Amino acid sequence: MVEEIIVSGRHLPEIDPRLTIWGWEIALYLFLGGLVAGILFFSALLFLQGKGDRFGTTVKRLPVFAPVLLVIGLLALLLDLSHLLYFWQLFTTIRWESPMSWGAWTLLVVLPLSVIWALSWWPEWIPGWSWKNPALKDFFGWVERQRVWLARILIVLSVLLGMYTGILLSAFNSRPFWNSAIMGPLFLTSGLSTGAAAIVLFSRDREERRLFSRIDLLLIMIELFFIIHLFMGLLAGTRVHIEAVELFMGGPYTTPFWVFVVGLGLVIPAILESLEFTKTKIPGTVPAVLVLVGGILLRLILVDAGQASRWLY
Amino acid sequence: MRYAMAIDTRKCVGCSDCVVACQTENNVPIGYCRDWVVEATTGTYPELQMELRSERCNHCSDAPCVRCCPTGASHQEEGGTVLVDPQECIGCKACIVSCPYDARYVHPEGYVDKCTFCIHRVRAGESPACVAVCPTHCLYFGDTDDPNSKISRLLARRKWKRLIPEAGTDPNIYYLL
Repeated sequence: MVEEIIVSGRHLPEIDPRLTIWGWEIALYLFLGGLVAGILFFSALLFLQGKGDRFGTTVKRLPVFAPVLLVIGLLALLLDLSHLLYFWQLFTTIRWESPMSWGAWTLLVVLPLSVIWALSWWPEWIPGWSWKNPALKDFFGWVERQRVWLARILIVLSVLLGMYTGILLSAFNSRPFWNSAIMGPLFLTSGLSTGAAAIVLFSRDREERRLFSRIDLLLIMIELFFIIHLFMGLLAGTRVHIEAVELFMGGPYTTPFWVFVVGLGLVIPAILESLEFTKTKIPGTVPAVLVLVGGILLRLILVDAGQASRWLY
Repeated sequence: MRYAMAIDTRKCVGCSDCVVACQTENNVPIGYCRDWVVEATTGTYPELQMELRSERCNHCSDAPCVRCCPTGASHQEEGGTVLVDPQECIGCKACIVSCPYDARYVHPEGYVDKCTFCIHRVRAGESPACVAVCPTHCLYFGDTDDPNSKISRLLARRKWKRLIPEAGTDPNIYYLL
């Protein structure tokens, strides 16, 4: 047997223990980005299907929280920047090779559009509301006439936003665990699933809750399928990819990932949501909360594990 | 022009003079470094082998840090030297995550910092500080695009390896074996 012991001469407490450089801020931002993508996607989709009145929470009410959640996510992101005063440099250029660059531009477009989309439903949120300022009244009158176009744009942008949260990680081949093309679809599906769970959590309408319970069940199935493919793909990869997977198979992330993310965050909510088919009375909030907590845990663990995986030399 | 460095692992004694010279020349804050020495021991006792490597940014021709930088702060200058412009760096740390060699760190002032191949010295016709100071002359700096440069002739004659070229980075630090 050949063993290689590397004794690094750098012994630098300021550098080496800090190589896990992305912490909870990034995970929280990826979670909120996915959640907002889910909320906006379903709102725009059901609106285009003409179900705005039937599914009021999805189309009109929940989107009001979208910009708020997005801003919280952005604040977390800003908190992570170590050279914060220069953040405006992001918007002096578009660099297509950098997912972070086009992600920042996507956010710059999504954020104001989500504010406009949310405010356009304001009069229906609060009965008797009318815009006092004539300019605002005219503007939102115009927005209401253009809602179909706004919804179409939002569908495209929300998918882009949801995908981007995963692609941000998969673009790094230096961190073998992230280096899988399935990350984008996985994060998009998870984002849509947390969006559906939020609708179940906030809706008072039985039919709306049932519809999104079923949508969530389907999304969880797709997510489980993507997770299996993520691991299969990495296991069929090179030595470094196999070692990255070993972090989850006997390594430090085994229990947090398989018990909390896959077990409590995906499988149990899926079982609870399937039980509703058998007319068993399940409080819909339980699977919804589990899906949301599972969503944030998934991102915390994947962000951390990716940085723990590396090329060896 | 393609700047590169060749490091003779047979002549290196691991004195870390290159590290100290770099810290002094580049005013690297205390507790940080842009280059470091790795002592890799291979084998099972008593059949052991040791390799000493003075490591630093590989100034990769296909640099993942340059690709992932959202502002263009990480960029390539003459000879493919990878540099960071502190005025453009927002401290997102994507480049630190993207580097398979872990060659970058966050400077206490917030921007990301790393080896510059002492480009300010190279432009003035001198060699990088680590090369200039090495007591065993085991570091060589030069242009690998020029077949008559010392480094090109050395690489043609000696056996060498680069660190994880399979990461697709096309690194420009060569270790003479």
